[in-house]
Amino acid sequence: MRNVIAFISGLFFASGLVVGGMTQPKKIVDFLDVTGNWDPSLAFVMGGALLVNAVAYRWVQSQSQPFFDSDFYIPQRSDLDWKLIGGAALFGIGWGLGGYCPGPALTAVVSAQTSVLGFVGGMIGGVLLYKGFDRIALSN
Amino acid sequence: MEHFTPLASSIGGILIGLGAAIMLVFNGRIAGISGIFEGVVLPDEGAFDWKTAFVGGLLVGGGIMFVFVPEWFAVGIERSMFGFIVAGLLVGFGTRLGNGCTSGHGVCGLSRMSRRSVVATLTFMAAGIATVYVTRHLMGGLL
Repeated sequence: MRNVIAFISGLFFASGLVVGGMTQPKKIVDFLDVTGNWDPSLAFVMGGALLVNAVAYRWVQSQSQPFFDSDFYIPQRSDLDWKLIGGAALFGIGWGLGGYCPGPALTAVVSAQTSVLGFVGGMIGGVLLYKGFDRIALSN
Repeated sequence: MEHFTPLASSIGGILIGLGAAIMLVFNGRIAGISGIFEGVVLPDEGAFDWKTAFVGGLLVGGGIMFVFVPEWFAVGIERSMFGFIVAGLLVGFGTRLGNGCTSGHGVCGLSRMSRRSVVATLTFMAAGIATVYVTRHLMGGLL
């Protein structure tokens, strides 16, 4: 059942990302182009998503467990470290460069456009590269 | 391609929020797509099945949408193949180093006011804005 829920969640994400305009890199770049011809659409995507999810989060806090699991798996860390900030900065550079973040890129992969295939290929490379980097440089 | 789409984008946002809410309420998990994707690329023991199911939902959902509205998948920006690959590398590496992307930090984290997610979101927004400023206005979009 958990897998069915995850699949349905993925379907909602995919439809929302497409309807919201996030599978169009130009709209992302235009959103980030605050000094140019700014397109604030992405702020509405974030606003809508935050509104719904904040209600869900609030409700969940009064529950002892989710419907299909024995516990909630919600990150509890609150420390700020160089990895968080450095990682977010690298991600932001890639986002501004390619106009895709992970969700929209995976959603758009079936369009089989060379741009998104190249981006997702790069993303897989980045995940593997991080794993190697983590093993060599950060293992202590 | 329409420039400003407040209604469609709000509806899209609500659908994304519902997707994240379903994951939280039923499975008790955060729908952080970069972390889920990592768990599929490097099979995550014990979580591979649901992570693959989620990515499957993205692919199937994207496929259905592409059949009906292929124009909503328009790229619209000029980048070389090399540019897209480098962008993907940075996104893949950066989201793993920083433990999240627009969904995990931007949607799930912000909606519970996580300090780490607020800082991460401000950072990737600022880095994205700076990157677009440099590539579009200083370099004239050459990439």
